[in-house]
Amino acid sequence: MNFDFSDDQKMLKDQARKFLEDKCSYDDVRTILESDDSHHDGVWNGLCELGFAGAAIPEEFGGLGLGALELAVIAEELGRAAAPVPFSSSIYMFAEALKLGASDAQKSAWLPQIASGEIIGTLAGAEGTQAPSPRTVKASFAGGKLSGRKLPVPDGETASVAVVLVNTGGAGEQALSLVLVDLNQECVTRSAVDTIDPTRGHAEINFDNADATLIGDEGDGWAMLKRVEAGAAVLMAFEQVGGAEAALEMAKEYALDRYAFGRQIGSYQAIKHRLADMYVKLELAKSNAYYGAMILSEDGAELELAAASARISATEAYRFAAQECIQVHGGIGFTWEANPQFHYRRSKLLALALGSASRWKDRLVAELEKSNVA
Amino acid sequence: MDFNDTPEEAKFRAEARAWLSANAKPKDPSKVKAGVSQKSEAERLARAKEWQAKKAEAGYAAITWPTEYGGLGGTPIQSVIYSQEESKFDVPGGFFEIGLGMCIPTMMKWATKEQCDRYVKPALFGEEIWCQLFSEPAAGSDVAGLRTKCEKDGDEWVINGQKVWTSGAHFCDYGIIVTRSDPTVPKHKGLTFFFLDMKTPGIDIRPIKQISGGSGFNEVFFNDVRVPDSQRLGDVGEGWKVSLTTLMNERLAIGQGSGVDYEELLKLARETELENGPAIKDSNVREKLADWYVQSQGLKYTKFRTLTALSKGQVPGPESSIGKIVSGPKMQDLAGFAMDIQGQGGVMQDTEESPMAGAFQNQWIGAAGYRIAGGTDEILRNIVSEQVLGLPQDIRVDKKVPFNELPGAGSKK
Repeated sequence: MNFDFSDDQKMLKDQARKFLEDKCSYDDVRTILESDDSHHDGVWNGLCELGFAGAAIPEEFGGLGLGALELAVIAEELGRAAAPVPFSSSIYMFAEALKLGASDAQKSAWLPQIASGEIIGTLAGAEGTQAPSPRTVKASFAGGKLSGRKLPVPDGETASVAVVLVNTGGAGEQALSLVLVDLNQECVTRSAVDTIDPTRGHAEINFDNADATLIGDEGDGWAMLKRVEAGAAVLMAFEQVGGAEAALEMAKEYALDRYAFGRQIGSYQAIKHRLADMYVKLELAKSNAYYGAMILSEDGAELELAAASARISATEAYRFAAQECIQVHGGIGFTWEANPQFHYRRSKLLALALGSASRWKDRLVAELEKSNVA
Repeated sequence: MDFNDTPEEAKFRAEARAWLSANAKPKDPSKVKAGVSQKSEAERLARAKEWQAKKAEAGYAAITWPTEYGGLGGTPIQSVIYSQEESKFDVPGGFFEIGLGMCIPTMMKWATKEQCDRYVKPALFGEEIWCQLFSEPAAGSDVAGLRTKCEKDGDEWVINGQKVWTSGAHFCDYGIIVTRSDPTVPKHKGLTFFFLDMKTPGIDIRPIKQISGGSGFNEVFFNDVRVPDSQRLGDVGEGWKVSLTTLMNERLAIGQGSGVDYEELLKLARETELENGPAIKDSNVREKLADWYVQSQGLKYTKFRTLTALSKGQVPGPESSIGKIVSGPKMQDLAGFAMDIQGQGGVMQDTEESPMAGAFQNQWIGAAGYRIAGGTDEILRNIVSEQVLGLPQDIRVDKKVPFNELPGAGSKK
């Protein structure tokens, strides 16, 4: 039984933690909360200099050629710091979509710049508040031209390139395709949208006959997207686990420091049991995330099930830890100056980033239904 | 990252499997988990004793114990590997866990060499069964508030009082007991610990009927029961320290529970029609099923993290403490929800009419006790918050006061 990260992977995690503790304090996160910047340039550039953006990109495309386990340990630290950086958009979504379905020419054109961090990529699926699906996606692609409106697009303001989910008119699930589009075209216009977590920029993007190319085959978009989402679900689960652990630690420190009715509030069972529940959910989430990472790293057949489990478990752990962290802080936790808000905001952002927990529970049970009757 | 055995582990597993194949029958997967055995307790006990002797003879009954006491001198991971293999076979259990998991380890730490030579092996071979006499009517979670008293009389002690929730007392040969020797000092300082013969005159054992209808537990009354001073474990007044040895082993001995889980719920949901269609298509059913699947997997992989530490010869992290906090309420809620799926018919607890011979109904009743036995949900949360997270103990009003001056617990009301 060797269900743990290797010593090298743990060293990479330590390196990420040290860098982020030094360069990405809550004060640094706050500067992005209070500015119009889409992300923190200094932190992002520093992460790219350490090679993290290219960690899982093949060496032939300018990366380090490592795998999902290395991305997972980096993700956990980014989540712990609530880092205001476009890592998930550029890496889990854009780069992984290209690795999965793009031609060598498409990969050569974009992945080296993504690996170095020179440019940012993203994936645009949603079109407002209707769940994106073969029934609802309206953005269209024909004759090499893309038109439509996508929002909210994570890091949509600063990204140079995007993978876009479009309707190409096929029947049923074959209605959708993925296309690759350079966002620096005249006919692509974008503007920031306000979100619950301003430390992670989002935008509305309008395409008006923009040049684009298919990724993979026409009609394969929905299946490819689901595969990309499954990988991203595992990596985001590590961000959620990192965030939940940070929220638990913050709540614990406060429970030890704060006195009420003549004693530390951490001595009351109402507080202790809440923190114990945070710990229990966190450990379950960690274990499910580990399994997801293991399966992702071997591209195992059980990925959909493992990814859904990791996501559902981590979403619940982070939701509970972040909201109860504010509750344990009492009034001070609701102030702009205090730090619990960063995790409250980020926990909901991540909970919705790939669609809600309900959507993933449905995906999970659909997988169970495929398996043999118990 | 993988789930593979090391070469040494694989070798041990193969040996264990070969021995089990030669000595036991594989489990029949078609058998339903109704949770109620058809055989009488006497029949099950006889079969369990026979199996225990066979297992002890082969060295598998106590893999981590020293060889001088009949163990294998093996590692914790070997013990786990054996259990994993044994769980695939139809072998009897349920009689020796407390004795070998809690009582005998306490003996090995506190009894004399001669006493260990006399008692350890017969327990290991299933010839003598042990029980633990701690809880009392007025001392459950707060076990140090116990009142059963012992008084010195020459070379003997005289015990009077009542114990409760004693698993298997009616078929046990020996027991370990903690008693109050001095009520005039604070509660933890006035306790003294013994082991005794359960056939000693003055011991009266009466079964407790549980809400499940079964009687796995007993009340045990002590009326002038005389125990030689040589059977005292630890010094007079040091009984709490000895008890902690037993209690530390309790969390290891009480498992994570078995019974119906998400697989059975999935099967039920596929086979049951609700008003608006098959239960498996109902979004509420799907959400709950997913939640319990994720909890089960989370526990399974948490155990794998613990096993990884054991496999590397490390001390496991505190994550193993979450098992019963999760599995207790899950057993109860899952079973209750499965009954909801059965609608009006869910009230039936019937081996013919109820799905899976009433397994959900049986579990729903039984789980209410599982959440209490071996540490309540609340005590386990105290343990996690204090021992894992480092939060302070609640303010204690009972620690420095003489026991007999405490309201409620001592002689003064």
